[in-house]
Amino acid sequence: MTAVSENGHRTAFVDNDKKPCGHGRMLRKEDPRFVRGKGRYVDDLDLPGMLHLAILRSPFAHARVLSVDTTLAEAHPKVRLVVTGAMLAEKGLAWMPTLSNDVQAVLATDKVRFQGQEVAFVVAEDRYAARDALELIDVEYEPLDPVIDVRTALSPDAPVIRDDLEGKADNHCFDWETGDEAETEAVFARADVVVTEDIVYPRVHPAPMETCGAVADFDQVDGRLTLWSTTQAPHAHRTLYAIVAGLPEHKIRVISPDIGGGFGNKVPIYPGYVCAIVGSLLTGKPVKWMEDRAENLISTGFARDYVMRGEIAATRDGRILAVRTQVLADHGAFNGTAAPVKYPAGFFGVFTGSYDIEAAHCKMTAVYTNKAPGGVAYACSFRITEAVYLIERIVDCLAYELAMDPVELRMKNFIRPEQFPFRTKTGWVYDSGNYAPTMELAKELAGYDALRAEQAEKRARGELMGIGVSFFTEAVGAGPRKDMDILGLGMADGCELRVHPTGKAVVRLSVQSQGQGHETTFAQIVAEELGIPPQDIDVVHGDTDQTPFGLGTYGSRSTPVSGAAAALVARKVRDKARLIASGMLEVSVADLEWEKGSFHVAGDPEASVTIQAIAMRAHGAGDLPEGVEGGLEAQICYNPENLTYPHGAYICVVDIDPGTAKVTVRRFVAVDDCGTRINPMIIEGQVHGGLTDGVGMALMEMISFDEDGNCLSGSLMDYLIPTSLEVPDWETGFTVTPSPHHPIGAKGVGESATVGSPPAIVNAVVDALKPYGIRHADMPLTPSRVWEAMQGRPTPPI
Amino acid sequence: MQVSMTVNGEEVTREIEGRLLLVHFLRDHLRLTGTHWGCDTSNCGTCVVWLDGEPVKSCTVLAAMAGGHEVRTVEGLEQNGELDPVQRGFVECHGLQCGFCTPGMMMTARALLDRNPDPSDTEIREAISGQICRCTGYATIVRSVRWAAAEEAGTRTSLETQATSGSAS
Repeated sequence: MTAVSENGHRTAFVDNDKKPCGHGRMLRKEDPRFVRGKGRYVDDLDLPGMLHLAILRSPFAHARVLSVDTTLAEAHPKVRLVVTGAMLAEKGLAWMPTLSNDVQAVLATDKVRFQGQEVAFVVAEDRYAARDALELIDVEYEPLDPVIDVRTALSPDAPVIRDDLEGKADNHCFDWETGDEAETEAVFARADVVVTEDIVYPRVHPAPMETCGAVADFDQVDGRLTLWSTTQAPHAHRTLYAIVAGLPEHKIRVISPDIGGGFGNKVPIYPGYVCAIVGSLLTGKPVKWMEDRAENLISTGFARDYVMRGEIAATRDGRILAVRTQVLADHGAFNGTAAPVKYPAGFFGVFTGSYDIEAAHCKMTAVYTNKAPGGVAYACSFRITEAVYLIERIVDCLAYELAMDPVELRMKNFIRPEQFPFRTKTGWVYDSGNYAPTMELAKELAGYDALRAEQAEKRARGELMGIGVSFFTEAVGAGPRKDMDILGLGMADGCELRVHPTGKAVVRLSVQSQGQGHETTFAQIVAEELGIPPQDIDVVHGDTDQTPFGLGTYGSRSTPVSGAAAALVARKVRDKARLIASGMLEVSVADLEWEKGSFHVAGDPEASVTIQAIAMRAHGAGDLPEGVEGGLEAQICYNPENLTYPHGAYICVVDIDPGTAKVTVRRFVAVDDCGTRINPMIIEGQVHGGLTDGVGMALMEMISFDEDGNCLSGSLMDYLIPTSLEVPDWETGFTVTPSPHHPIGAKGVGESATVGSPPAIVNAVVDALKPYGIRHADMPLTPSRVWEAMQGRPTPPI
Repeated sequence: MQVSMTVNGEEVTREIEGRLLLVHFLRDHLRLTGTHWGCDTSNCGTCVVWLDGEPVKSCTVLAAMAGGHEVRTVEGLEQNGELDPVQRGFVECHGLQCGFCTPGMMMTARALLDRNPDPSDTEIREAISGQICRCTGYATIVRSVRWAAAEEAGTRTSLETQATSGSAS
């Protein structure tokens, strides 16, 4: 692999005339409707006779439900239906499975287990009346002691949260282990240097701008349910509704229309969706449920909440030998983690990062607490956010102890390009990577040496400037069906492609967009393979009646899995087109050469037929070669051979006001390597969004609770999300190391920046605080927490 | 109660509840669903519309308060089949992803350019700082507004550049 010298090349971004027939910068096909306010989101739906549903939620974190009196609510003139947990229990619908083989209450029957848990619902003629009627429901609770502190959840005297589970006598959720404990201990025992640090990744929330919601429309005559819902996984949800509600799967249609951001928040099935279905079943009318912002923040899928002890062993000259960690994971009241079944800790196992080390070990204990369920969300690539944060923080702690430059320490320990495919000590096989050029490019773009010189000068003047580095390897594109499934559904993706007689095409995807631009990217993938302009290719997605089965959009899996499916289905169509072309040109198949968009006879470029002409012939009246059926279409179900492993090098520069301890992110340089790049504009957008998430998590965002389990982050006044003033103008760059097993070499990039940026920012803040002797401070690094650190009292956030 | 107002140049009169929020009036009563609802607390700005030419958060304005006033929404940006330069800027510069915050962002941007045709990046960032976007990281929104400003000034002749660099290996 030789480096092509494009370093420092500056690309034009206003190239409106450039309309690539394949990969390249292309404006988005979905944008004309969005900029006109003509997007079609769930809450925009208005069906004849539609009713509105609102949910009554628990004010307590832990309480016994003694009685629910709905008399007054039912008497409200605009109320059509009031449903309690007891009513659902009669129908066998009070509990539903979670994506992690646990169960979760749809409406509480026995106890409430977190503040905000669903207790009853009302269906009324308008959304205001439904809310009014909630006030008329009288619930009698017997408050119980809550379990809030994850560290005491397993104390013998802790109240048992999940007494609904038979024989459950504690709050233990699961144990998980990876790597070799004895081998790791042996390496630690002989290491020159061992650094240990307690590192917390606090609970955060994806908080997409559009909250979760659904419109359920049950047709009582033909028994058909249509559900428009804010889901990132319409096919998986349909199957689960069939299992939960006992409806035949072919009578369920799940439509995921335009989605106002997902970030993992819209992967789980929430009780509200089931309530909307029940509401429509019982009233015979379409029923809409849209949660409000407080409901979204306090009850839907949170992310992270890992309390970690990280340890790193190294030689005195900076050779990393081993890493180990113990993790206490807070899974809330129900284990609602959305991860492949065999991976209860998601892909946390990649915590060995980008380094060639001798041994690694992780021991994890997950517990129940009286907090909202969830766990895998917020663009985390199935817990790789936590893994990358741990390794990149602890490597920086090592650099601190060794008084080594953090870039130099990383460069010294990188897995070398010739070692790929590389099997890590925890069993992951990294498909490809070339880390040093990525790190070098980031250094160059940042002007790293000049920054260090500036920092030295500023330190001498007592100013606080920090430079933070992170280098990540992601594992995305779940996944090989032999060991990856969600509740028994293999993580392969279908794709169908049909070329119409006039040469226009429609490609049907199993994945769904929440803003990633699938209508553009997937048209480009097919265009690259077939030479049909992307403008002539319609992308259909988000409707189970119109698309083949697949597991949905999360974990940066759309391009690695469905992108591969789209490329391969196009190649299948091209193979058939070749047969037809051989008949049209009256030569053997072997004599045909493909040049994007047409076949020609080898050695005679004039004798050619376009894909459009072939499409017409495929549907035409003339003879086709023997054994060739009419039509020009194909379908595929793509089962990835391995995950793809994108990587990146990030450098962050912060300034801290010594008077107020306020952190300002002055610069952020992100160099990403996601393999083959399909649409650089869209990739850049994905990276920018993730970097902003990183600023939020590192400096502002945290879902916190008081000792009674009251959620203190139930509004956007309390849960702070970065605005335009908290983030810099991002500086991005890229390297390209294609995936060897992906048909077009693409890797997936949606979550890279969310994964890679928090450690860079925290490392920068800690670097700025070096004069105070600080080696670690936990997120979120708000002014008050940074101030504490400057006084030598950095306390963990939980 | 009855309320009358001008919405995107059209006189509308409806019978409403006094407590009805302007955002719900626009969305549910007029079916102008381009204005979105995102937080209830005036923090997110997906609901920004114009009230007599000023951007306001329609989740904290009662429909009744808009009675007798002029409201403009994202649906009113396009004129005579021509997209507003702000709308075009957002398309050209990838100023949107999921599209949910976009209408509010564009309404604020339009108001900014009307009073300051050549805003600096800082002025653009300040103008949109009461609104949240979870997808774009704001940089492309700033570029979009700048694109629109240049378009309107007739100065968008040379290609602007972005700080994207790369190498292939």
